[in-house]
Amino acid sequence: MSGANASPSGRSHQEMSGANASPSGRSHQAISSQPDQIVFTNVSKYYGEVLGVNKINLKIGPGITSLVGPNGSGKTTLMNLMTGLIKSTRGDIEVLGARTDDPESFYSRIGYCPQFDTFPKGFTGFGLLSSLLKLHGYSRREAEETAWRAIEQVHMTDAAHRRVAGYSKGMRQRIKLALAIAHQPRVLVLDEPLNGLDPMARAESIGLFQKLAESGLFVIVSSHVLHEIDIISDAVVMMSNGYIVAEGDIQDVREEMAEHPMEILVRCDQPALLARRAFSENHVVEVRIEEDGTGVLVRTRNLDQLYMLINRVVLEEGLTIEGVIPVDEDVHSVYSYLIGSDGAIKL
Amino acid sequence: MSKVLKQTIAVVGFELRKFSAGRKWVFPVLLAAGPVSLVSMLLLFDSNPPNNGDITEIFAVMFQTFILRLVIMFGCALVFSNLYRGDMVTRTIHFYLLTPTRREVLVAGKYLSGLLITATLYGATVAITNIVIHSANGRAIAEAHFYNGPGMIELFSYVGIAVLACIGYGSVFMLTGFLFKNPAIPAVFVLLWESANVFLPSALKKISVVHYLQSITPVPIPFGPFAVITAPASVSASVGGLAVFTVVALVVNTLLMRKAEISYSSD
Repeated sequence: MSGANASPSGRSHQEMSGANASPSGRSHQAISSQPDQIVFTNVSKYYGEVLGVNKINLKIGPGITSLVGPNGSGKTTLMNLMTGLIKSTRGDIEVLGARTDDPESFYSRIGYCPQFDTFPKGFTGFGLLSSLLKLHGYSRREAEETAWRAIEQVHMTDAAHRRVAGYSKGMRQRIKLALAIAHQPRVLVLDEPLNGLDPMARAESIGLFQKLAESGLFVIVSSHVLHEIDIISDAVVMMSNGYIVAEGDIQDVREEMAEHPMEILVRCDQPALLARRAFSENHVVEVRIEEDGTGVLVRTRNLDQLYMLINRVVLEEGLTIEGVIPVDEDVHSVYSYLIGSDGAIKL
Repeated sequence: MSKVLKQTIAVVGFELRKFSAGRKWVFPVLLAAGPVSLVSMLLLFDSNPPNNGDITEIFAVMFQTFILRLVIMFGCALVFSNLYRGDMVTRTIHFYLLTPTRREVLVAGKYLSGLLITATLYGATVAITNIVIHSANGRAIAEAHFYNGPGMIELFSYVGIAVLACIGYGSVFMLTGFLFKNPAIPAVFVLLWESANVFLPSALKKISVVHYLQSITPVPIPFGPFAVITAPASVSASVGGLAVFTVVALVVNTLLMRKAEISYSSD
C-alpha cells in the first residue's frame, strides 16, 4: 500500500502535512486507473454538513490492510464508500479498475461483511446464502454448492439449516462472513469482523483472513482490537476525524515519527555499561536500566545509530546481547502517538 | 436461460419468500378477504336477494368504489411501498445492493414480485366476490349468467381490470416508496386524488390510474350530479395509457435505485 501522493510507503501523514488544513493534506497527483489496486482519489463524503471523510487519497494493494481509528473516525464510511453502499460527495473510487456504476463487474469482485446486524426474516443461514447467490446469477445447484462451501469455511455447518433469527451474535457474524466470501471475491472488506466472536472463533477467523490474503486477496479489515490488527496486518491505515493520519507498514510509519523517539529494550549481561555508552550519544534521549537488571530501555531519535552503537559495544566491550526488542513499534503505540485515547489527532 | 432472467427470477423468489416469512402478508390478505366477506355476510342475512340484473349493477358499484379505489389501491400501497422502503426500515437493502445485479433488474424483480402478489390476491378477490354475489339467486341462475349470459366476459374483464390496477398502482406506490419515508402520506394523497377523479376536469383526470380503468369497466356506474362527464377512453388507449404511465414510473424507479445508498447507518 502506498499513499496516493508522492509519499513513500509508510508515512505518518502529520509529518507530511504542510499548509493544508487536512492532516493528510497535500496537493495530490491524479491517480490513474489501477486494475490491481483499490484507489481513492481525493474522496470526500459529507452527511449534510457533517464530515464523514475528507480528501482521502489512498492506494491499497493485496494482503491484509487494517483500518484503525476511534469511533466516528470514518472507518465505516470509508468501507461503505469502497463497497458502493454510499456515494462520495467528491472524488473517485476504483476497485481493481471497476466503479460502482457498473454493479455487475464491481460486485463480482468485492465481498463486504458490514457491521449491520440485520437479516431478512424467515431465512436459514443456508437459505439466505443460496438465495443471495442466485442473485449473482448462479443456478440453483451452483448456488447451493457454493453456499455450502462458504458455510464450511466459517464452520457453520451444524447451524446452517437453523433460522438466522435464532443465531447468536457470533453465528450471525460468521454467516455474514460466509456471505462476503461465498462468491470468491478478489476484495474482501470486513467491518469489525471479530465482534461477538469467542476466542476460538476469533482465532479461526484470523486464520481464514490470513489464508485468503496469502492467496492474493485484498483483505481490508477494521477493528478496534489493536493487538489483533498488529498480528494480522500487512499495512495499516490510521484514521481520525475523517482524515487519514498515517498509512503503510507499521514499522515504516513508526520510523517516520521523528518527534516520538523509538523505544528499544536491549536485554544484555551488562546493562550499566550499555547505558553509559548510550548516554554519550546525541541521538539518545533517555536511558533506563530495567528494575530486574537484565536490560536497558533506550529512547533514540536514530534507530540505525543505536544499532551501530550496540554493535560497537559488543565488539569493544564484549557485551552479550540476549535480545533487542522495539517496545513501541506496534499498532497500539503508533495509534497512541498519532491519535491518543481521546481520538484527537496529535499534531 | 440468460443471466438477467435468472437474476430477475431470483429477486422475485427472494421477495416472495420475504413476503411469506414475515408478517407483511397479513394486511394485504385481510384487505383481499374484505369484499368476499362482505358479500358473503350480506347474502347470509338477506333472505330476499335482488335479481340478477340488479346484482350486476351492485357489483359494478362495489367494484369501482370499494374494490378498486380502496381494497386494491391500499393493498398495492402496502405491498409496493414496502418493496424498497421496507428494506430500508429493516436495514436489509444492502443485501441487494452488494450483489452484482444491474439496478434495473432489481427494480424489475421487485416490481414483478409485488405484481405477482397483488394480482393473485386481488384478481382472486374480484373473481370470488363476483361469483359469490351472482350465486345469490341460486346455482341455476348463476350458471345461466356465466355460461349463457355476459357473466363470464364480465368476470374476466373485472379480473383483467384488477390486474391492470395492480400494474398501475404498483408502479405509483413503488415510486412513492423510494421518495417518501412514510408511505402512508402518499397513499392517502393518492386515495384522495383517485376518489376525486370523477369531479376533476378532463385534463387532470388523465393523471390518474382509475381514469383508465373506469373507461374499460364492463358495467358503467353513475357518479352523481356533480361528476364531470368526459368521453371514456378506448380499451387500447386505456391499456396503452396505463402501460406508458407504468413504464415511466419504473424508469424513474430505476434511476433512483441506481443512486440508492444506504442511509441507516451512522459512522
